[in-house]
This record gives sequence, C-alpha cells and structure tokens, in this order.
Amino acid sequence: MQNKSFTIRNRLGLHARAAAQLVQAANKFDSEIALVKDDVEVNGKSIMGILLLAAPQGTDISVTVTGADEEQAMKIITELIEDGFGED
Amino acid sequence: MGKINVATDTYLVGMGVSPGIAIGKVNLIDQRPLVDQSLINGSEVDAEISRFQQAIDQAREQLQKIKKTVSKQPHLREHLYILDTHLLILEDEMLVEGTKKEIRALVNVEGALTRVLEKLRALFDSIDDEYLRERRSDVDAVGDRLLRILMGVSERNIDKIGSSSIVVAHDLSPAETIQMDRSHVLGFITGKGGRTSHTAILARSLDIPAVVGLESITAMVVDGMTAIVDGFSGVVILKPSEKTLQEYLIHKQSYDCLEQDLEQYRDLPSITKDQVHIPLRGNLEISSDVIQIKKHAAEGIGLYRTEFLYLGRSAPPDEEEQFQSYCEILKQAEGDPVTIRTLDIGGDKFVPELNLDDEANPAMGLRAIRFSLHEEQLFKIQLRAILRASSCGRVRILFPMISGVAEIRACKKMLGDIQAQLDKEGISYDPDLAIGIMIETPSAVMIAPLLAKEVDFFSVGTNDLIQYFLAVDRGNEHVAYLYDPLHPAILRALKMTCDAANEAGIEVCICGEMAGEPLYALVLVGLGFHELSMNPACVPRVKRVLRQVSKQDGATLVKQLLLLSTSKEVSTIIEAEMRRRLPAIFAQPPIQ
Repeated sequence: MQNKSFTIRNRLGLHARAAAQLVQAANKFDSEIALVKDDVEVNGKSIMGILLLAAPQGTDISVTVTGADEEQAMKIITELIEDGFGED
Repeated sequence: MGKINVATDTYLVGMGVSPGIAIGKVNLIDQRPLVDQSLINGSEVDAEISRFQQAIDQAREQLQKIKKTVSKQPHLREHLYILDTHLLILEDEMLVEGTKKEIRALVNVEGALTRVLEKLRALFDSIDDEYLRERRSDVDAVGDRLLRILMGVSERNIDKIGSSSIVVAHDLSPAETIQMDRSHVLGFITGKGGRTSHTAILARSLDIPAVVGLESITAMVVDGMTAIVDGFSGVVILKPSEKTLQEYLIHKQSYDCLEQDLEQYRDLPSITKDQVHIPLRGNLEISSDVIQIKKHAAEGIGLYRTEFLYLGRSAPPDEEEQFQSYCEILKQAEGDPVTIRTLDIGGDKFVPELNLDDEANPAMGLRAIRFSLHEEQLFKIQLRAILRASSCGRVRILFPMISGVAEIRACKKMLGDIQAQLDKEGISYDPDLAIGIMIETPSAVMIAPLLAKEVDFFSVGTNDLIQYFLAVDRGNEHVAYLYDPLHPAILRALKMTCDAANEAGIEVCICGEMAGEPLYALVLVGLGFHELSMNPACVPRVKRVLRQVSKQDGATLVKQLLLLSTSKEVSTIIEAEMRRRLPAIFAQPPIQ
C-alpha cells in the first residue's frame, strides 16, 4: 500500500477537466485508488466521487493506492497533481 | 409548462451580448422529458438491467460520435474534456451500480435512474464551491441523454439544428454549445445568462448575434416561429409582421453591405474630419476577448473588468496570479494603454463573516469600491498586483462607483502606501501610473469639478449612470421602458462631466453601451469625450462614422440637443442629423 499527501495547487481545483484526467489515469491501473479529504473517502476511479469530494485550490488530500501496480500508479498520480494537471 | 400566447410583433428587450442582426426560425432546445416511473416484478429485473446496459452503450456511441465531430474543429479542441467527462460519468459506479441497485429494488429503469440522479443532484447542491457545484449540469446532461434513449425520445435536438436557426434555450451548457452545428446557427436567445456566460463568450468569438437574459423566452416560442435577434440593442422580435420583417430585412441587408465596407477602416486611424484623434478602445469582459480587441484593431483596452478573475472559485486570486493575468493582457496589448478597473462586485463570498445575501438593495449596497475599502486586505492584494503589472506595460487604474471625494482620497492613500512598500522591497512599478474614477453615481456628476482635481481621468459608465440617475432598474420589466440614454437629464449629466474634465485638463472617456452606438458617436465627441471604449466588435462601425464628421459639428449639435425637453425630440434630431450627414450609413431609420 502506498500513501501520500498533496495540496491541490491548480487554480480551479479538482474540477471537471482535472477530475477527468485523474480518473482516466487511475483507470489504467489495476490497483485500488482512494482519495481522502477530511475523513471523506472516495474512489479515485469514479469521476462523480472526485467531483463530489469538492476539492478547490488549496485543499489537502491524501491518496492511497493498493495493488500490484501501486508504485507506478502513485507515480503517475503524483505527477498529475503536482503538475497542476498541466493547467498553467 | 404552459405556453404564453405571443402576438404578432412581440418586442422583448434583453441584453445584447454579441452584435449583429439575425432573422430566422426558432429552434427551441427543449426541456427535459417527463419520466414514466413504475414498479416492476422480480421477473422483470434482468430485462430492465439489460435495457439499462444497452442505453449506456448507445449513449457511449452518441458521445463518441460527437467527440469525433468536435475534434475536427481546431478551435473547439480545448473543450473536448467536457465530452470526456460525460463519457466517464456514463461509466461511473455511482451512477451505474446505483441505478442497478434501485432496479433490483423493483423500480423500472427510468424510475431507478431518476432516483439516482436526484440523489446525485442533492449531493452536488451541498458543495460550497460554486464552480464545482455547477458540475451537476454535466451529470444532468448525461442523465438526460440516457433517459431519452430509454424512453425513445429523440436526443435533445442540439446536434440536429436545422439550417437558419435561432437557437432558443433557457440556458445552454458548454457541452451543449460546442455540439451545435454552427453553420446552421444564426443567432442565440437564452433565458439566463449575462455578458460573461458561456453562450455570450462563444457567440462573440463566432460573431453570432446573441441576446441573453430573457427570463420567460422558452415559454413564449415554439419551433419554427420566426424571430429577429438584434444583438446590438438586445431587442428580440417574435412573430414579426410582414412590415417589420421587411424593415428588418432591409436593415440587415444594408447592415451586411456596410459590414463589407467596414474592413477598409480597420487600419485607418480614428481621426475626425477636423483632425481630432479619438482613440477607440475595447472593453474586456473576460481574458479571451483580447482576441476580439486585436481583430477589430481597438486601441488598447479602455475597460478591463477584473471581476472574471474572481468568479467561479472559492478563494480570491492571490497577488501573483493577478499579476500574471494583468501582465498577460498587457503583453497582448503591445504597448497600447490598458485601463484596469478594480473589483466592481460584492465579493462577500470570500469573506465568510460578511453575509450580504439579504441586502434589500444590493445595487446601492456594499459593492465595488465600497466593498474594496471595507475589505482592505483583499483590496491591497489587487492594488499591489496592478502596481507591479504597471512595469510591464501602459497601465491606468480605475476605481468604480465613486460617490464622494473621501473615497478617492482613501484609494490614493492606499496606493501611496503600497508604492512606498514596493520601493522598500525594490520592486518596480510605474510611478506615473494614471489614476481614474468611474463616473456613474449622480453625486459624482454633481461634484465632478471637485473630483477632477483628485484624478488623472474620468471614465463614464453609462449603463449604471442611467440606472442611478433615472432610478430605473433595467432588469425590471415593468420599468425598463424608462431606461433611456437620451433623457435630457442624462445629456446634461454627460455634459457636466465632460465640462469638468476639460476645465481641469484631465482625460474623459465613456465606456458604457452608448459608446459603441455609431448613431451617438458625433454627439459623444461633441460633448467633449476624448476617447470611447466599447465592445471591440463595435469599433470599426464607430470609427467609420467618426472619420466622416467633425468635433466642431458635434459641439454645435449638442448645443441644439440641450435645448430639447424630451428624449423623443432628442432622438429625432440625432437621427435626422446623422441621416443627413451620412445617408449611406443611416439611411434606414433605426427600428424602435
């Protein structure tokens, strides 16, 4: 299991475009991916879950990845979030 | 929903957000279908689930087809993610598994899906962030697509718009707008929306006439009804009579013909016959409008509304982000001046302890400069960003809704403090940054000579000025008829403002809708305005008029107008005068 904390830094937060990128990336892996914000946990492969997590800019979230390809999955997710979803 | 009976020649006035005239047949983007909810037997569960699965497959095919079409249009590529979002929602476990679970609880698939959608809607409604909350519309759009497939109702007719259509809808989502075949769309009318709504922005960038904010429009029209959209004045005419139609057709023809002739003015300077240079600048509603400013060769930006930086987010933009946004626009202005107006709305959503929702009269409440002076911290961030940006181009700063001298002094004091701070930090800015105020309250007009001593320029916002002067809420359909730019009181107010500025030797600019109306160009120059700032698409038309008149003639005309008692008399004289001087342009009497 891999666990990592992030601060959402792109301007619009985990909005539709960013959420779509995240889910598309997550779905390429077999591992289970969970996002947690303030004790609310959602499935990282569900766009609705991520949108409902309502994480605007500045939100702290943590990501947990569990499964055979967890290392690679965490790497890709980290890049996406830290890169601000290529927004700027 | 009941239909309102519409008589021949029904005139409606909304907000014209994209100029031009369109005459066509209404294509009503209809409301969502009524769902047939019923209970099922246990033996029917499997069949319902498989119906659901088939509907998902079909919806996926539809979306992929749309995506393919959209991706062929380079200017829409950046919107493709909306369709990706829809595809992901379609496969989402909350939607899919949730619906299957309801079906197993013995509800038919339509009923099951509707229940799930309602639950999701409630979840989205509880999100604090306005922008994220609005994503609900994407879930609704997918739900709607599935329901239509299940019920055998044809798709919301967005991708099947007939040719020569005037698209009418209560609201159009970005997803819907990009799916339209725009070679068929002549004009837009929506019930909701403002200048920065998606429909408005898209219509402007495509040069399609649009009128928004006509609240009950969808209840008034049916498919195939003839409609005229005048994106200049915001007028919509439903079921025009043969006479009106003929008038507008001629109007449109001469307009189209003049339109072709306009191109030659693009690169000519904006100079009157008596050699007075009147810069014509563009109003910037949202950053993408800068393309329009270049396209129509406006001389810089006379009004940069910074509100859009603050909308659709839960935290205000920080100094660095604002600085970057301002510099980006300055870079694109390529040395032309850019007038940046500080926040002109109430920003209470960024100040949790301040609840302005129940202000009885928000137009006279804590907004614009009052809000900024009340929330010093927020204001300082914006001032710092603007000052810093002044080192990347020609910035002028503009304070909105000033009603007295004390307010502008307070603003100047804050600016001075920040300048001192920047000096200390060794950060560069333009020390000669021009400072101006909006003249839009009656008190500012009355004390214009006192205000003129405090600032480098005035900018008259006619839309608000007219509302405050005539005590008319333009959005109130019962009194909107009183909203009148040619009211003798307004002419006097403009004259007083210009006189005060000219006596003090400061610049005076006009940046409301009046500035973009070619018919008023001569009057405005005659009043003494030095520059006009407008929707960039209006620049070539106003320039064509200005190059054929003289400031002296304008001053003579204004003298004559100030002797008249009613706006009817004023408009009659202006129209006759402009027709006499420029028959090719004003041959057709504007249709009232």
